[in-house]
Amino acid sequence: MEERKEILRVEDLHKSYGTNKVLQGISLNIKQGQTKVIIGPSGTGKSTLLTCVNYLNPPDKGRIWLEGEEIIYSEREINKIRQKKGFVFQQFNLFNHLTALGNVMVGLTEVLKKKKKEAREKAMYELERVGMADCAEQYPAELSGGQQQRVGIARALAMDPLLIMFDEPTSALDPELMGEVLDNMTKLALEGMTLLVVTHEMGFARAVADDIIFMENGRIVEEGPPEKLIMNPEKKRTIEFLQKITQLYGED
Amino acid sequence: MELITYWISILPELGNGVINTLIMTFLAVSMSAVLAVILAMGRMYGPRIISTLCKWYIEFFRGTPLLAQLFIIYYGLPSWGLNFSSFTSAVLAFGLNSGAYVAEYLRGAVQSIDKGQMTAGLAMGMTKFTAIRKIILPQALRFVIPPWSNDVIYTLKYTSIAFLVGAQELMSKAKIIASFNFRFIDTFVFVAIIYLILVLLLTLFFNWLERKLKIPGFEIKN
Repeated sequence: MEERKEILRVEDLHKSYGTNKVLQGISLNIKQGQTKVIIGPSGTGKSTLLTCVNYLNPPDKGRIWLEGEEIIYSEREINKIRQKKGFVFQQFNLFNHLTALGNVMVGLTEVLKKKKKEAREKAMYELERVGMADCAEQYPAELSGGQQQRVGIARALAMDPLLIMFDEPTSALDPELMGEVLDNMTKLALEGMTLLVVTHEMGFARAVADDIIFMENGRIVEEGPPEKLIMNPEKKRTIEFLQKITQLYGED
Repeated sequence: MELITYWISILPELGNGVINTLIMTFLAVSMSAVLAVILAMGRMYGPRIISTLCKWYIEFFRGTPLLAQLFIIYYGLPSWGLNFSSFTSAVLAFGLNSGAYVAEYLRGAVQSIDKGQMTAGLAMGMTKFTAIRKIILPQALRFVIPPWSNDVIYTLKYTSIAFLVGAQELMSKAKIIASFNFRFIDTFVFVAIIYLILVLLLTLFFNWLERKLKIPGFEIKN
């Protein structure tokens, strides 16, 4: 296989809240078109890792590269960098006062400074991609959780990001609504979008991930392709965690 | 019947006062609204020095009597070389004072908005300023309509103390007419009725505004 371009590289990332060391030296990289899934127990720093990578939560220590260029944190530069990294939230975080269409458009008009007409066309295209074009004029309060999250994905896609980070995108959803979100994520992965996903959905991880990262206590315990990490893990903690999560969510 | 005839006879002159009262209220409320947004945003999102100044401003104007503020502006400021007419003084006092209260209502409204709204804005590359302008304020302003309408009603009624510095509004007209005719109760009852009608009209306006700006998910819960 040809060598693919590196999209994101993280080296030795540290983050503490008071004496609580949430991240203790995380390093990872993700290449164009790859899907990496981060799994691990709650309170392990998975979500913190994503917010640190986006400087929504600036790391205490560590270096981050985007497309081979190191990110030097500054108020001015950071907005440009965030534009290139889509973020999909556990609680959707759709803008409550805007319609589905408005949610997808607002980044195009206010951040990328596109003309209204152009922004509307792009936004409709992205809503169609996630099967939400029919709900374009509806407000978040009128949509189901699954529909809201699909709009959240369209909102991230509209910015034409280099990669999209998902922070437990289905954890706040009823089981019957998870499918529509996971299906859309799978579609994106197959289309070649670069994805970094924190999730407990092992079915998705197994089917879609190029690599699975098992994280615990702010450290990466083990990383590898699904065949290896799920079927044949090396570390004792990985085995224990996988057993626990299989008991909870069942084999699929 | 005689009373009604009296009321009708004084109405044209009171009418002038009503117009002045409405202009005074409108100017004070507009000033208060702009000031409130600046104060609330400055207090919550500004650098420490701005935030502290906004807080002091709010504490001062909420913590001292409105009448004292009006007298300081009208009688006190001229000694610093700042001369305002009685009408302008009244608008300034009511606007500056109400701004402090509305700023606090607005702060409450902003704090009731989920933190994820700001995070989502920043995450897509908005500056904090854009996120406040496009995401936070449009939501907060909807939540602030009910307490704000309260404050507008207060301001309308408080303009009646402007007669104490000689501004020509409804109450000062009433006082002149009442003294001239020696009919105090008859006159002030009528004035009270006029204020009541004005307040009811304002209430209708705010109900309409709330309906017009209604968005699913922003209904005021009963």
